[in-house]
Amino acid sequence: MMSTLVASKAMLLRDLRRSIRRSQDLAQSLIFFVIVITLLALAIGPDDQIFTTIAPAGVWIAILLATTINLERMFLSDYQDGTIELLLLSSASLPALVAAKIGAHWLTNACPQILMAVIVGAVLGLKTDVLVALGLSLLLGSPILSLIGGVASALTVGLRGGALLLSLIILPLYMPTLIFGTAAITNAALGLPIEAELFFLSGVAVLSASLAPFGAAAALRIRLS
Amino acid sequence: MDFSRLHKYASPMHFYSWSLAVAPWLGIACAVLFVVGLAGGLFYAPPDYQQGESFRIIYVHVPSAWMSLFIYMVMAGAGALGLIWHVKLGDMIARASAPVGAWFTFLALATGSLWGKPMWGTYWVWDARLTSELILLFLYLGYIALQGAIEDRRTAARAGAILALVGTVNIPIVHYSVEWWNTLHQGPTVTKFDAPSIDTSMLIPLLVMSLAYTLYFCTIVLVRTRCEILEFERNTTWVKQRAAGVNAV
Repeated sequence: MMSTLVASKAMLLRDLRRSIRRSQDLAQSLIFFVIVITLLALAIGPDDQIFTTIAPAGVWIAILLATTINLERMFLSDYQDGTIELLLLSSASLPALVAAKIGAHWLTNACPQILMAVIVGAVLGLKTDVLVALGLSLLLGSPILSLIGGVASALTVGLRGGALLLSLIILPLYMPTLIFGTAAITNAALGLPIEAELFFLSGVAVLSASLAPFGAAAALRIRLS
Repeated sequence: MDFSRLHKYASPMHFYSWSLAVAPWLGIACAVLFVVGLAGGLFYAPPDYQQGESFRIIYVHVPSAWMSLFIYMVMAGAGALGLIWHVKLGDMIARASAPVGAWFTFLALATGSLWGKPMWGTYWVWDARLTSELILLFLYLGYIALQGAIEDRRTAARAGAILALVGTVNIPIVHYSVEWWNTLHQGPTVTKFDAPSIDTSMLIPLLVMSLAYTLYFCTIVLVRTRCEILEFERNTTWVKQRAAGVNAV
């Protein structure tokens, strides 16, 4: 038990340190996110009213796409250099190690994206209530994306056509999160309460947190068997 | 309980022999039910008092929609058998079921859309049921894509089983979230069929058709699973002997 805790903590710190040293990856995903928002604005035209209505949906779609693109990296380098094999051989529990990896991925990929989304929202002139709803829905929704994404990432690690295959598998599974995330923001814009959506997102987040590490661990074992 | 017997029937070699004997009978029963069900649905059932003759599409539409969910459950269940208890046959059945399920889902969407044009005035509305059916189709396609991407069949089957299980947990969530999403967005008002309010003369052909669809699925899966078995086990002695025997004939 103790060794598992120590090992997961070490795993988490290692992944965090590695992402910080490779900050280029992080910058790329943020730039991608901003570009998608810009594309949306260009496609809609310079009408502020329409854009403010569509912005929440646009931000969520941009987050989904940026997350999906990032997911491939979750296990890829460890798969290529053989680290995953060592994790499988380790005496520490594999789901705990995988959970640490997913946690590190969430901290280094999702958190900056949420911050960026709120900044972009503020720049685009969303109201404070809407910004709060945007931030909260992303804060509760993005762990779901990383967790379910972890399973899909483990299933497709090292396969040819990885990124496209991954998005094909993962995007249908993301739809409930998208529905409730955007519903919270829409409600906030209409001045309606948003608790129900946030509770739903928290519920699914807890469900994913309790199941996904086991799924991802099983997936890694299968892929490397 | 005598599990050894069960084990015997679940071994690919025995499954191959008994499915070879059973499949034609299932196929015949399915064909008979199809004829009876279609005749009942297209000729004997009275036209609907509101929808006239167009309602008759439910005899192909509703069973397809039922099958689309049923086959996903079969796929996930068979995959779980293969994943957890290492029943090889489970892997093969899961793999054989996926395209059949995807086609049934597509059929449900296509027939629903054809029915929607005269009834709702449009081929597609973002109705909760339609949307969850579409997401189900995406789940099937993701499963098939994953199967196609992994070379080794054993690995592919087990990876697919995990994906199908994740999808199974997700299906109720998708269903309820989409329903909620739809009520939030105030989509077009849709008059739904209420199953209990359907008349017996219309219901019986529907049940017969559902049974026919189920038997069709069973027959096709037996045939497709046999094909999977031959490919999975192509290096075993019994497959080689059988192939040699067939060639000799």
